[in-house]
Amino acid sequence: MTSVAEKTGEGRVGTTPPSPPGAARRAAGWARRAPLLPALIFMIIVTQLPFVATLVISFMDWNAYYPDERGFAGIDNFKRVFTDVNMRDAVWTTILLTVGVVLISLILGLGIALLLDRKFRGRGAVRTMMIAPFLVVPVAAALLWKHALYNPEYGLFNGALTWLWGLFGADAPQPDWISNAPLWSVIFALVWQWTPFMMLILLAGLQGRPLDVVEAARIDGASSWQIFRSMTLPHLRQYLELGALLGSIYIVQNFDAVFTITSGGLGTANLPYTIYQIFYQAHDYGRASAAAVIVVIGTIIIATFALRTVSSLFKEDPGR
Amino acid sequence: MTTALHRAAPPDAVPKKKDRGGPWLSLLAWVVGILFVLPVVWMVLTSFHTEADAATNPPAVFAPLTLEGYREFFSGGATPWPPLLNSLTASLVSTALVLLLSFPAAYALSIKPVKKWTDVLFFFLSTKMLPVVAGLLPLYLFAQNTGLLDNIWLLIVFYTSMNLPIAVWMMRSFLSEVPVEMLEAASMDGASLSKTLRSVIAPVVMPGIAATALICFIFSWNELLFARVLTATVAETAPVFLTSFVTSQGLFLAQLCAAAFVVSLPVLVAGFAAQDKLVQGLSLGSVK
Repeated sequence: MTSVAEKTGEGRVGTTPPSPPGAARRAAGWARRAPLLPALIFMIIVTQLPFVATLVISFMDWNAYYPDERGFAGIDNFKRVFTDVNMRDAVWTTILLTVGVVLISLILGLGIALLLDRKFRGRGAVRTMMIAPFLVVPVAAALLWKHALYNPEYGLFNGALTWLWGLFGADAPQPDWISNAPLWSVIFALVWQWTPFMMLILLAGLQGRPLDVVEAARIDGASSWQIFRSMTLPHLRQYLELGALLGSIYIVQNFDAVFTITSGGLGTANLPYTIYQIFYQAHDYGRASAAAVIVVIGTIIIATFALRTVSSLFKEDPGR
Repeated sequence: MTTALHRAAPPDAVPKKKDRGGPWLSLLAWVVGILFVLPVVWMVLTSFHTEADAATNPPAVFAPLTLEGYREFFSGGATPWPPLLNSLTASLVSTALVLLLSFPAAYALSIKPVKKWTDVLFFFLSTKMLPVVAGLLPLYLFAQNTGLLDNIWLLIVFYTSMNLPIAVWMMRSFLSEVPVEMLEAASMDGASLSKTLRSVIAPVVMPGIAATALICFIFSWNELLFARVLTATVAETAPVFLTSFVTSQGLFLAQLCAAAFVVSLPVLVAGFAAQDKLVQGLSLGSVK
């Protein structure tokens, strides 16, 4: 945090004209800050205050079913969360789900973006088709996958298997996709929704590539693979990071798919779903809050690490 | 964007290495595109089938089309109009609020940046990383105690806070595209702030604002968790209606597909109509 801030400060010393003294400078400072304040204050009130409340509740005994037993609990809730097997499973599920979906959809998205970066007949049509999954409301998509595609009796997948095997006069296998591979069923549906998002980001990255340099390299006899490895991939780096960052932010918090496709059963309950259950079904406010606090701390540690050490997204714009 | 899409053809001198696998790669692109759109096509097709034709194995692709699923969805049991209207209100109002709050903030972070602007930007983004469930309980208790439960305004405030960080981030990037020289020239000429905003900044950032608005609209329209916890009958939104619709009606596949299609339609229409804006908003803006 501080290191970047210091850099900002140092960087500006040389470029800003000598500051006007005292009151004038303060006024100018406020004029700069003023437009920022409404958004900043709004965000602090709506997101930080509730979190402080969550923090307070996490140290309390508070179950809506036993309103008389409300009181200070110390770190009991945290102990219970840490010793809870379901909670540990949920952490693991969340990691698998997020990493799985982000990685697969990034790789697929990159491949498809490379395909669509070429000129060919109907490129616009293919791009439009590719965007569709991203534009279906997530709950609707989850319902669609659960009932119209995965259903073992009349879902499209098993229907297609029946049809294909029928061509050879054989009986098709009819797997129950969701029961057999619950987590993969969720991952697959989410990959379908998120690949277009990754593809869009990477496609824009590809089209912002300086082409003359690529052509020069090609004339010098560089192979397509060499160009991809040493020119395209480095250029795409921050686009890949952006896709991974935004994708992770949204998929870590996924509720719709888990809630709809498996209702958190069969080992697919991720953290948001588990906390939702502790709060909404068990009404154990203290324990739900403790779990939420732990998730927040974990997220902050990982996000800070990822953004500050790995990422190139927070580079300074020169000249501003 | 347009310049990037219609970039000049490579000169003839360049050996056309790329085109050797050309037809096959184009075919592959088509196959992948069709595979990705197939579930959506299947949803639409099933929604126009009778329930009997919808639940067959192997699938009845060429069954006669009917509007029965839609008729049942709109006039059977519970009417979907109030939830659809609620979603529309919540999405439009919160999007307007987001734009109102994020533009000045992005201005302060880019055109004449405040000190430590990366920290402020990081703060905005970090609120996005807090799992929403972490603030859900206090908001629920607050709503319960103030009688705001099942009130669309609470959702609007929450959706605004949900989209504001991303909007600030995107808008800042778009504003950074405004050439410094043009701003300096404007201030040399003694142009007022509103004049500068209108004639120098607006033309550059208008597409960015449109893209930001579109994305905020989509995310608000799609939101389920908060709407589920904070609303009941009066302020119910379309996604919540969709989940309760399935459990209360039992499973009618054609009807379900009709419902899913109707609820997705506004986003599909807006998204297809503004594809280029969407591409630009999701990518170019946020990276620069």
